[in-house]
Amino acid sequence: MIKGLFVKKKKYATIPTGKVKQDVPEGIMSKCPECKHIMVTKELRKNLLVCQGCQYHYPMSSQERIAALIDEGTFTEYDADMISGNPLEFPDYVEKLEGDRKKTKINEAVVTGAGQIDGRDVTLAVMDSRFRMGSMGSVVGEKITRAIEHAIDQETPFIIFTASGGARMQEGVLSLMQMAKTSVALKRLSDKGLLFISIMTHPTTGGVSASFASVGDYNFAEPKALIGFAGRRIIEQTIRQELPDDFQTAEFLLKHGQLDRVIHRSEMKKTLSTLVKIHTEGRV
Amino acid sequence: MAAELEFERPIHELEKKIAELKSFMDEKDIDLTDEIKRLEEKLSNLENSTYSEMKPWDRVQIARHAERPTTLDYINYLFTDFIELHGDRLFGDDEAIVGGVAFYKELPITIIGHQRGKDTKENLRRNFGMPHPEGYRKALRLMKQAEKFNRPIICFIDTKGAYPGKAAEERGQSEAIARNLVEMAGLTVPVICVVIGEGGSGGALALGVGNYVHMLENSTYSVISPEGAAAILWKDASMAKKAAESMRITAPDLKELGIIDEIIEEVKGGAHKDAKHQAELIDQVLEDSLHSLLSMSQEELINQRYEKYKKIGQFGFVNDSIVVK
Repeated sequence: MIKGLFVKKKKYATIPTGKVKQDVPEGIMSKCPECKHIMVTKELRKNLLVCQGCQYHYPMSSQERIAALIDEGTFTEYDADMISGNPLEFPDYVEKLEGDRKKTKINEAVVTGAGQIDGRDVTLAVMDSRFRMGSMGSVVGEKITRAIEHAIDQETPFIIFTASGGARMQEGVLSLMQMAKTSVALKRLSDKGLLFISIMTHPTTGGVSASFASVGDYNFAEPKALIGFAGRRIIEQTIRQELPDDFQTAEFLLKHGQLDRVIHRSEMKKTLSTLVKIHTEGRV
Repeated sequence: MAAELEFERPIHELEKKIAELKSFMDEKDIDLTDEIKRLEEKLSNLENSTYSEMKPWDRVQIARHAERPTTLDYINYLFTDFIELHGDRLFGDDEAIVGGVAFYKELPITIIGHQRGKDTKENLRRNFGMPHPEGYRKALRLMKQAEKFNRPIICFIDTKGAYPGKAAEERGQSEAIARNLVEMAGLTVPVICVVIGEGGSGGALALGVGNYVHMLENSTYSVISPEGAAAILWKDASMAKKAAESMRITAPDLKELGIIDEIIEEVKGGAHKDAKHQAELIDQVLEDSLHSLLSMSQEELINQRYEKYKKIGQFGFVNDSIVVK
């Protein structure tokens, strides 16, 4: 490992909050994919991409998520220029990464950085399901680990929004090991008495669900988010029976004691802000 | 005789021929000693070339061999006074994971491992070595117990993966695995993990965060099974052989990727040919590993584990095309 080569590389960039184009609803009007309710796109955005008809939560890009949560002008991104290699020399992998970079205007499936929520410092990681289905390879693992280390250095709470299909297959067992890497960092964070909040958004499955997403001091989820370890189809094939409709939804997990709360997007900032306040102002 | 593996077929055919000649010689009282000697030499050469040039798929076959020694086999050979302990104190006892206390030479130790069955009946009982959450929670309970009494922990990894079932999801399969990863990171005692068969994804890793991670020469460790990878990549599970090659799942691959510490040599043809001898080969590595860890402080053990995992991964930066390992 040639560590020295990237020590100097800390180019922090500020994400322009609020004005980021994204690919979900375009045009003047948008139709809800769930209930077919038609809304003015501008209104939908103002409503944090939640359908006014059925409360369906549209997927949010990392940029939109940060804009909706972090006080304007306070976000500093970490490691924005970190990119994946192709360690297993997988065919088409490099092209796929390049395609997603162009499409999403981000370099990998997680955006990390520091910012403030109602004036209080937090370290944040937001996964983006538009990039390789939010899958975790070396870069995602490394960026999250570094963000946790920043949180430890700066003694801030660490908040992660997960959205991931799981480990990134194209990086094989290196991806699997990112589960261990992020976990050793989280243990260090926890031992320092620092707060870790995990918010699972649609979808959070496989290796991401089976690592950092599930071990927050608080585990939250957005309504109807798909959360689980194994895929529904695999389970149905294994046990040869049909699964209930709500299987592996946020509500299902809440019912089975796996979550602290399901939080509507409109309540997200307020809830997180209050929790951060409880933790930071409570400490002597 | 052990079940035949495809790549070993020429060896078995030659063995059969030699056996036939021998019995023919006995029956008919004809001297074929020279002929037999010649064939035996040929056999020895064939064995050497076959087992020294094993392809990833050959290793997968050996790793999955029905007669491959399991955790309990190695416990039997390597430790004394083993007392198995059951249950997670929360829901039940998952027999896909076994654990307990014993002596390793003079040293009190905790052992935990995935446990496959040797026949259909035992496999049903042990769910083919695919744990539910209660298995991982039992493992964690025993690790915490080991920590309390300052015993080193040895984990044997041998699973196709965590069980993908309805009950497993309901009881928090993800959380059980994730919790183990985090808690293993912080254990104040030495943790040595040895992959003895299949290291199947998160279900394997949940016993795999150690100060040392070793692999038997013919074991595998992967993010997804070759069949699963083939189904996703080429929509064809029968391409598993090709997937096994491209996914880099063998012990030499993992050593090269900087993920494991040592490759433990196997007896010729695979551990199932001689479990006792295989245990001796594991014993040597285990002793060295324990020796180096026992001199470390609690803090050093935790930090060593941190640094070990922190450095795994390959990435670069936009403006320099260097990809670092």
